[in-house]
Amino acid sequence: MDFVASLGLILPELILSLTGLVLLLVAAWAGDKASSAISVAGCVALGACFFLVARTVCAGASGPDTVAFFGQFRADAFAGFAKLMIYAASGAALVVAPAFFGRTGQMKAEYPVLILFATVGMSLMVSAGDLLTLYIGLEMNSLSAYVLAAFLRNDSRSSEAGLKYFVLGALASGILLFGMSLTYGFTGTTSFEGIRAAVGDGLNGGTLFGLVFVFAGLAFKISAVPFHMWTPDVYEGAPTPVTAFFASAPKVAAVALATRVAIEAFGSQADAWRQVVIFAALASIVVGALGAIGQSNIKRLLAYSSINNVGFILIGLACATPKGVSALLVYLAIYVAMTVGSFVAVLMMRAEDGTPIEGIADLAGLSRTRPALAWCLAMLMFSLAGIPPLFGFWGKFVVFQAAVQANLVALAAIGIAASVIGAFYYIKIVKIMFFDEPADTIRGKSDWAHWALLAISAIVVSPLGYLLTAWLGKLADGAAAALFLLA
Amino acid sequence: MIGIEHFVVVSSILFVLGVLGIFLNRKNVIVILMAIELILLSVNINFVAFSAFLGDLTGQIFAMFVLTVAAGEAAIGLAILVIYFRGRGTIAVDSVDRLKG
Repeated sequence: MDFVASLGLILPELILSLTGLVLLLVAAWAGDKASSAISVAGCVALGACFFLVARTVCAGASGPDTVAFFGQFRADAFAGFAKLMIYAASGAALVVAPAFFGRTGQMKAEYPVLILFATVGMSLMVSAGDLLTLYIGLEMNSLSAYVLAAFLRNDSRSSEAGLKYFVLGALASGILLFGMSLTYGFTGTTSFEGIRAAVGDGLNGGTLFGLVFVFAGLAFKISAVPFHMWTPDVYEGAPTPVTAFFASAPKVAAVALATRVAIEAFGSQADAWRQVVIFAALASIVVGALGAIGQSNIKRLLAYSSINNVGFILIGLACATPKGVSALLVYLAIYVAMTVGSFVAVLMMRAEDGTPIEGIADLAGLSRTRPALAWCLAMLMFSLAGIPPLFGFWGKFVVFQAAVQANLVALAAIGIAASVIGAFYYIKIVKIMFFDEPADTIRGKSDWAHWALLAISAIVVSPLGYLLTAWLGKLADGAAAALFLLA
Repeated sequence: MIGIEHFVVVSSILFVLGVLGIFLNRKNVIVILMAIELILLSVNINFVAFSAFLGDLTGQIFAMFVLTVAAGEAAIGLAILVIYFRGRGTIAVDSVDRLKG
């Protein structure tokens, strides 16, 4: 694979990073008044990359033609599938921001630029073929994310969220790096292919330590239990558009990255990591469900909901089969639609003067004061709970089906039982909205961009979403096959 | 004779000290930043030692990347700390308690 062909394979990343750099200069010269133009330009770049990547996904690209820069980078269908979700979620984060920040004049021109740089980092993460690419991508994403969390500089909760995210994120990177250094030392290579060859006939103690540290670091990034404690605080404190971004795009990227490391580098030693993944999956489902019950802030509740969802996603990974990975990708796609939709609904909760409202009690009687918003939010909540006519059920169904086929019947059974606990708090929100006396605090006007995104996600999670199942399943199967071709 | 195991032991001790520094320290956020640097440097010792031991350059290149990222990470950490201090007037670890649930 020569250099020019490699450059062709990283074209989406090149476009995004060049756009980001140019827009950074524009931001420096033109200042904050150019922020809406910069957001539009960022969306256009993301859209262009979306269509570039969509081609490779539809073609099910796999094999040696997708390997760039001597194995450092993979532009296969698996990476492509994750990138489509990442670009879509980043685009949504750009679209929802102006209405949120603009009210107080805090829409800074840096916001779209930071989102673009984070997106480049996530693109690199999902395409990593080497521990070095993995680390650089992860840090590009994390460093932008720390700044985004602290974006509201005058809000003490936002800066505290940034500080907490930074400290725990840096600790996670340190743990991950320590694991990578051990893996390198005991296998003699940093490429996933080389590691796979080196661990082919059993793990030695050092590599096992490295594997555990690497997975612990990645568990931090996907906020799986027992490394989830930062999630509620950061999700609550960060500005809501940023929270919507955190809950969708970086989560997709980190899950895809963990899957690639598990299958491609350590695929032959699935028995070594499966126990850990099963534990993290069950613990995430239970802690996510129980933790959400007592919450009074809707962003904290959605943070626990995302922990809960990560548990179901990890069940797909625990299967370590193409079917499991395909189910994981389908679940992720539905999860992104549900999460973005829920956070857009949170963004639309505003008082008459436009101040954001985050209390669950303020939702009381929303069905009478704002029926359209209440029905959309109710649909999203039922879908997150996995109640059948809605599309969220399909994600849980394919994951459990894959688990049963991989002989993990007990895991699937416990998962189904625990999802009933989770249903409790989702339905509680619906009860508050439809059956409580109206609190009538949510009166602010909503932006058209919010309505549009909410409508799109509501349509996707509605029973109409089932029209997508065949198509989504086919793309996910192709992506999983591309991952397993190398493993 | 100093072998590879000595390097790994030293770096592991530094790593554990760094992690403990983050969790046990109740006074100052700056100390946490120092503990993070300690973790990253322990990783670098590992990489360079393994690289020399294996006769393979990858580890040293990796260490250069880690150094670069560590510099960026420290810059961003201090910047966040500055806006935190402006808002709160303190950087004591115990004061980081406004977000709770």
